[in-house]
Amino acid sequence: MNLEALRRSAEQEWQALNHPSRPQILIGQATCGEAAGAGAVRRSVLDTLARLGIAADVHSTGCLGTCYCEPLVDIIKPGAPRISYHSMTPEKVSSLLEDYLVKDNPCPDLALGVWGEARGGIPALLDHSMLKSQVRIALRNAGVIVPDNLLHYLARGGYKGLERALSMSPDAVIAEIEKSGLRGRGGAGFPTGAKWKLCRKSRSVPKYVICNADEGDPGAFMDRDLLESDPHAVLEGILVGAFAIGASHGVIYIRAEYPLAIRRLESAIADLHRHNLLGDNILGSGFDFNLSIVMGAGVFVCGEGTALTASIMGRRGMPRTRPPFSSEAGLWGKPTSINNVETWACVSAVMLNGAEWFASYGTEKSRGTKTFSLAGKVRRTGLIEVPMGMSLEQIIFGIGGGIPYDKKFKAVQTGGPAGGCIPAEKLHLPVDYEALKKAGSFMGSGGMIVLDEDNCIVETARYFLSFIVDESCGKCVPCRLGTRQLLDTLTCITRGSGTAADIDKVLGLGRSIIASSLCGLGQGAPQPCLTTIDYFRDEYDEHICDHICRAGECRALVAYAILKDRCGGCGICRRSCPSDAISGERGRAHVIDVDKCSKCGNCLEVCSVKFSAVARVPAGKG
Amino acid sequence: MADIVKIVIDGREIEACAGATVLEAALSAGIYIPNLCHHPDLEPYGGCRLCIVEIAGMRGLPTACTTRVTDGMTVKTYGGELDRVRRDTLQLIMANHPSDCLSCAKNQRCELQKVTAYLGVTERTMARTMPEQEVDDSNPFFTLDRNYCILCGRCTRTCAEIVGVGAIELMGRGDQTRVGVFGDKTLMESDCRSCGECMARCPVGALRPKVNVVPAYEVLTTCPYCAVGCSIYLGMRDGRLVSARGNKDGGANRGMLCVKGRFGATEFVQHPDRLTTPLIRGDNGQQPADWDSVLDLVAARFKSYAPDEVAVVPSSRTTNEDVYVAQKLARAALRTNNIDNCARL
Repeated sequence: MNLEALRRSAEQEWQALNHPSRPQILIGQATCGEAAGAGAVRRSVLDTLARLGIAADVHSTGCLGTCYCEPLVDIIKPGAPRISYHSMTPEKVSSLLEDYLVKDNPCPDLALGVWGEARGGIPALLDHSMLKSQVRIALRNAGVIVPDNLLHYLARGGYKGLERALSMSPDAVIAEIEKSGLRGRGGAGFPTGAKWKLCRKSRSVPKYVICNADEGDPGAFMDRDLLESDPHAVLEGILVGAFAIGASHGVIYIRAEYPLAIRRLESAIADLHRHNLLGDNILGSGFDFNLSIVMGAGVFVCGEGTALTASIMGRRGMPRTRPPFSSEAGLWGKPTSINNVETWACVSAVMLNGAEWFASYGTEKSRGTKTFSLAGKVRRTGLIEVPMGMSLEQIIFGIGGGIPYDKKFKAVQTGGPAGGCIPAEKLHLPVDYEALKKAGSFMGSGGMIVLDEDNCIVETARYFLSFIVDESCGKCVPCRLGTRQLLDTLTCITRGSGTAADIDKVLGLGRSIIASSLCGLGQGAPQPCLTTIDYFRDEYDEHICDHICRAGECRALVAYAILKDRCGGCGICRRSCPSDAISGERGRAHVIDVDKCSKCGNCLEVCSVKFSAVARVPAGKG
Repeated sequence: MADIVKIVIDGREIEACAGATVLEAALSAGIYIPNLCHHPDLEPYGGCRLCIVEIAGMRGLPTACTTRVTDGMTVKTYGGELDRVRRDTLQLIMANHPSDCLSCAKNQRCELQKVTAYLGVTERTMARTMPEQEVDDSNPFFTLDRNYCILCGRCTRTCAEIVGVGAIELMGRGDQTRVGVFGDKTLMESDCRSCGECMARCPVGALRPKVNVVPAYEVLTTCPYCAVGCSIYLGMRDGRLVSARGNKDGGANRGMLCVKGRFGATEFVQHPDRLTTPLIRGDNGQQPADWDSVLDLVAARFKSYAPDEVAVVPSSRTTNEDVYVAQKLARAALRTNNIDNCARL
């Protein structure tokens, strides 16, 4: 079947989904959905349909990004628009199907929104506070289409960008990408078009393109969600890039911990081969290109370009000094363009809708949109995509809905373990490459972890350092040994044995590590401690001088006590204590044995409901 | 002949070969820049970060060992921030390196000592972070003592780049990184050929010979072990051979030795079982004899055979030149082509 015929059947398939003759049920089954219980929901859907004797089609779709209220189930009834339902359980979905499909009650209380105009008491999905200020370019199809279905992607304009590219000269394609202002979404923000140009200019052949899907920042899941929800958006971008550069082979380097994304990619690649969108003489254009998947073995530093290529070549994943850059001597010593998953998805969008359209979003130096995985102490966690230049405040409080339980915002960590913590007074900062860097953090691949008053800032810095200490490749001295020194020092501070000289030590050694490390991992490693010392020096001083952890997270610095006059002697704390540290007769005030207490805080939590008789107090000096 | 470029290092104008690294250019001009992971036989690595320099027009502190010279380049090798950062890096290494220099096999030949002396560091400012490491004593010729290891990677790169075996590699990550072999086994259970090339390039006492005697003087000779003809320095002391090392200018080996040359030559040359005089087998068994009577006897016996009744096989310990002469003897004097050798160890 040629592409034109394929597009016609894609159109029919899309119509059949959205204007069906029998109910269509789409279940959000990206990894986040699965983790929230989508598998059980799916089984319940199938059981319920069988029990009710309803003929319906059940599909697995990707992630819409509203991860906080998963699993999501969308229902399209004949003659009705698509409605998304949130926080589904096997029981809820069973009664929903019965109510909606049999009794025609669309259950507005369970709905997240209706696709299109508000209707029957259900608000429009795009008016939802988490979605309304988003601009979804890379994520244009995420949660919308069935990711395994090439026809769905085609129906949404898929591979038109590739067709357009193939009708242009490679140089014109590069010029188009340059005009769009697209910069690398992996974090460093190198202009994509410029990278391709360098690669194209090189006379050495063969050339390679690599899709870097070795996402590893703590709390980051943009690439995983995108690949699971819309693999073709990425694949189309890779094809465009390969054509522009003149690459004959591509590699998707993806971490083995993403089995679903790998499965979806494999199935998508097989579909492309079947329809002459991959392989020899693609779409009759004379362009030959093949693509393979290489699985990473779970090494964070393999997200760094030179370590990544070393890993593909079967060597130990360690970065090397640049130059030479990958665009001159990358995979097998040949010109290679390594771009991030999201960058590739943006490329296909640019080719579909044009450079001007893409450049109309964002700021002068940071064009387009950026995805972020919003995590931590925020009401609406999930995967979002916003125009560059949106303020952190709009993202965290607008899209994310602010901090749960009316707690106070403390900081937001962006840029992964090499990024920094940005305090409340800097929340007005726009997300763009330059502004975040100026604040001591950086864009990174898009991890955004919100901290509230219950997060200790020293402990947070310590956590990110411990990640680096584990993930350093061990090649260069400052990163291998220096980060361990920093970690040990911060650990002392969180245990109450820090000294005033420790801060200077961290600042000095941190500066040395940044100046002398070989790759970005080491050069960024001290950032979490340096930015937190910069913005939250008082918290460090409290730990060191007063032995107080105001967030109560540093166990060595807190103790738990029962306030005698408040305790009702109900015994709930005693029963919840894992260390048998609480004793007392029923109806009389209980006491905590400090020697036995492991400071888990269970007592405080269970008592707060009834008497609020448990208090967290400073552990006292020394 | 390579193109020559002019660069300025610490105010001194020097000439360097185009394509050389800044470190190579500096060292060959007699300007020392602290370094540990660099070795002239190996590809640039950039791991120890001690050779950081400032280069006009370049960002940050590039490492001299990975930066190529360009004409007109201006380099600064010490002072200010460079010294501070370099000292921090050295302190990080020192914090986890034993301080028993006097009893160390590498004392006075240790490159870490050299760096420490150059930077004038006299005390440790950082706490030890590493636990005691395992010592691999399995190899009969050398010891791998990870407690002394600074992870410069010279040994692993030697094994991969020069020897082409890849028996040892860096294992683990972060500060758990260690030199190891496949499956975390011992050197003797690995693919290691015991050539000791790694040991020969170790800048510290982590890979050290089990017999560690400093010779009184060295003699340049050809390795007596086989016919390859490796140029070798044999170390002498008290009239005995005590050490061996490859001669970098040797055409056959360019400084490399195999296990037999490095660890075996000294042993077999002085072995009590070695024949040091010819023997003649008679009614009373084998009796020592002088060369003249032996050669007379052999020549007389040869004459009693037709040429093709004779075959010549020189010993495996013969040099290539001796094998050549034996071949001449066989073909020209004995008039036979029955000549072979087993000097291919």
